[in-house]
Amino acid sequence: MTEREKILGRVREALQVSAHVPGTHGHSTAPSGASTPRHWLPKVGESIDEQLALFARNAAELKADFQLLNSAEEMRTALLSLRDKENWKRAATHSGQLTDAICPTLNLPLLRTDRTYDVEALEGCDAGISECDAIIAQTGTVLVTNRSAGGRALSVLPPHHVVLVRRNQLVADLPAAFMLVKEKYADKYPSMISFITGPSRTGDIERILVLGAHGPKKLSILCF
Amino acid sequence: MTITLFIPCFVDALFPRAGISMVQVLESLGHKVVCPEGLTCCGQPPFNSGYWDEARPVAAKVLEQLKGAEAVVIGSGSCGAMVKKFYPELFASRPEEETAKKVAARTWEFSDFLVSKLGVTDLGASFPHKVTFHDGCHGLRELGLKKPPRALLGAVKGLELVEMAEAETCCGFGGTFSAKFPMISTAMGEVKCASAKETNAEYIVSNDSSCLMHIQGLLSRQGSPLKTIHLAEVLSQK
Amino acid sequence: MTPVSQFLKDARVMAADLRHRKIIRTALGNYEIARDKRKASFQDWQGARQLAAETKWEAVNHLDKHLESFAAKLEARGTKVHWASTAEQAREIVLGIVKDKKASSVIKSKAMTSEEIHLNDALEHAGLKVVESDLGELIVQLRNEAPYHIVFPSMHLTRDEISELFQRELGSAPTNDPEELTMIARRALRKKYLTADIGITGANFAIAETGMISITENEGNARLTAALPKTMISLVGIEKVLPKLEDLALFLPMLATMGTGQALTCYNTMYGGPRQPGETDGPQEWHVVLLDNHRTELLADAEQRDALHCIRCGACLNVCPIFRNVGGHTYGTTYSGPIGSVITPHLRGLQDWKHLSSASSLCGACTETCPVKIDLHHHLLHNRRNAAKGKPSFFEKLTYKIFAMAASRPTLWKTGLALARIGQPIQRLVKGTALDPAKSWTKTRDLPPLAKESFKDWWRNRK
Repeated sequence: MTEREKILGRVREALQVSAHVPGTHGHSTAPSGASTPRHWLPKVGESIDEQLALFARNAAELKADFQLLNSAEEMRTALLSLRDKENWKRAATHSGQLTDAICPTLNLPLLRTDRTYDVEALEGCDAGISECDAIIAQTGTVLVTNRSAGGRALSVLPPHHVVLVRRNQLVADLPAAFMLVKEKYADKYPSMISFITGPSRTGDIERILVLGAHGPKKLSILCF
Repeated sequence: MTITLFIPCFVDALFPRAGISMVQVLESLGHKVVCPEGLTCCGQPPFNSGYWDEARPVAAKVLEQLKGAEAVVIGSGSCGAMVKKFYPELFASRPEEETAKKVAARTWEFSDFLVSKLGVTDLGASFPHKVTFHDGCHGLRELGLKKPPRALLGAVKGLELVEMAEAETCCGFGGTFSAKFPMISTAMGEVKCASAKETNAEYIVSNDSSCLMHIQGLLSRQGSPLKTIHLAEVLSQK
Repeated sequence: MTPVSQFLKDARVMAADLRHRKIIRTALGNYEIARDKRKASFQDWQGARQLAAETKWEAVNHLDKHLESFAAKLEARGTKVHWASTAEQAREIVLGIVKDKKASSVIKSKAMTSEEIHLNDALEHAGLKVVESDLGELIVQLRNEAPYHIVFPSMHLTRDEISELFQRELGSAPTNDPEELTMIARRALRKKYLTADIGITGANFAIAETGMISITENEGNARLTAALPKTMISLVGIEKVLPKLEDLALFLPMLATMGTGQALTCYNTMYGGPRQPGETDGPQEWHVVLLDNHRTELLADAEQRDALHCIRCGACLNVCPIFRNVGGHTYGTTYSGPIGSVITPHLRGLQDWKHLSSASSLCGACTETCPVKIDLHHHLLHNRRNAAKGKPSFFEKLTYKIFAMAASRPTLWKTGLALARIGQPIQRLVKGTALDPAKSWTKTRDLPPLAKESFKDWWRNRK
């Protein structure tokens, strides 16, 4: 018998005796199945404006730089401002509708992570510019996959992660985000799906919040 | 009604005034109080130590004496929890199970009885002092008794209640725990005493004498002027 | 030294350590404020707890079905799934992969299961350099210490202690500023990420429906561990299962709320395979090691099975007055606090570890706080009962038999009290000395005097 068979065998034998559901005082052995997470999670406003405002508030609290813009042109200008303010010499990105339109105007050497690339070269980049699958109002989160955001490392190795996103990519809450993932990728999932909520941080030293532990110290979300 | 009053073993031996106060309060409300001679201990010490076979005869004897009672009032949160919550578990799948469940349904801790069963909060008591309340864990979490003691204290003339930050934190008594792990028990008690002192109260009140015994033991050793008093004693002051 | 003697020794020291008490109190005070703010933002926290409890019940009580789906989905996309009945087998599997890859360096993100199976020791004995990438884990690794807490490994240390440590072990410049210390660690680890042969992670959840693991972290070190090395190994306790991907919509915010007082932890990442065709980075090979190590025994104990629902948030540690006063290291085992006290007897032996279940006042704060409604403090009682049944203490059993006799016979009870009254002045003479039968009480506390007239006396005299 393989270890797999032994373990599953022990599991099946153990489960022959039923255990009662917590919180039901031993009265039933099957859960009621009446509610979903959305019943309990923090409420999110119905309108896009309310949701955008909520996202903005969350992003501010997380110390993420969220900029709500009105056009692709404004997004371009905002990205150039970041380049100048942060003194970028090299950036990394992947091919996408927004990135293809906007990143070349940076006039910087651009490393492409959606082709074979050298990790040391990525480590030498000042910024990683990616698209995303969605932004989530409820938590101020950016949802990426390695398919939508240029691989696994682009959004976490360089010290500044910039996300280019459209307004219509906003979803209200976490349940909606998971629904989006399931509908979009329908069983051909990318090998990495990541919910990014603010720049990297740690509280391991006296519970004092410090940004930029190992992931990016700065997260900019440019949205039009 | 006729109330069968169960005075816990340590109240009987160490803090009889708490028990006497309970009798006075219940009689002042016009009820008849009976205290069966044979009610000594609820059996929690062997039960908590895992010696359930040794706890059962003690608990069975208690059930014998309580089974005919109209209403049972127990003078402590931990003994109240023992009868209401743990007797049914102790006697699960045994002949006494039904009796245990019936008795549990007719048993209340003292403050819970006054407020939830009788609907009484004002006993005409007067205790013009600043006090803080310690929530005994069994009463608080097994029996859900956050509100009743405070409702009763709220009606006492001249009494000022100040909550301490660690009101709901365990004082560290825990029965045999206090003797088996005295250093941890003491540390927990020190945290409780420090929190009580921060309120500048004159008295720490609780509905569990075992907690008060432990807290008072520490306060006395520290030479602190802070005093402890059982809720029932406060309610019987005029 | 036996576990219980070591525990008593360490507890004695730690319980009296006022400096430790203050540090932990401050750290947890900040956590409590954040946690309560997050709980209040839920529409109904108690409703969320009940749904979480029910979801975990479904997961664990259909564990075979979910494990089969989990493994099948992973294997379909090229992941190698290994099954380890014991800690030793798990170590051998990892060592086998390491040897096969001729690896010399390993980077690790936080994995309590790796502590549980003592993986680092095994890897180091095999000549590998193991680097912990989580800042808190790195700190305790440099100090040669076990993690203090399952979520905050270095909660017990001050910035000055960490500063000294980094100066000594990393040769860094003196600074005790938390930001600068963090940057020192960031720089030190950078090269390790880029050059490590193997990345080892744990998992917070294992999604049965889609064949993914979910990793929760704030620092980004797990994301780097899963992105850069050519080979990735993930250790997953078999109880980590959740049935559906969207169950994470509930569990990720609840874990963040109770674990760290955040709405969501910074990075929550689901991994479903090694590098797939068309993907340009990520490990070429991914091994998932499913770990039993006595979990199936706990599963078989239907009364305590819900202990397997644990999502390792650490909330029970944070509210436990015993934990707060003796600290995580005193427990002397991987999982501390109330959950550790409940499961360690199952993982490592009841008679050797029953003392953790006894070292509790059964206050119930743990059960009250647990986001998945595990009946923690009652399980401590159940462990005590099982331990007493398995190996009763002659002395204790006798004491309780005598007690039972006295409690059942009012005259015996009265006599006992009378004898105690006679003994009282004698006890006062030997108070605090080795002859004092109440020494464990009187060392630090005064004993109340026996009342001259007991309640029963008063009641009897009334008539």
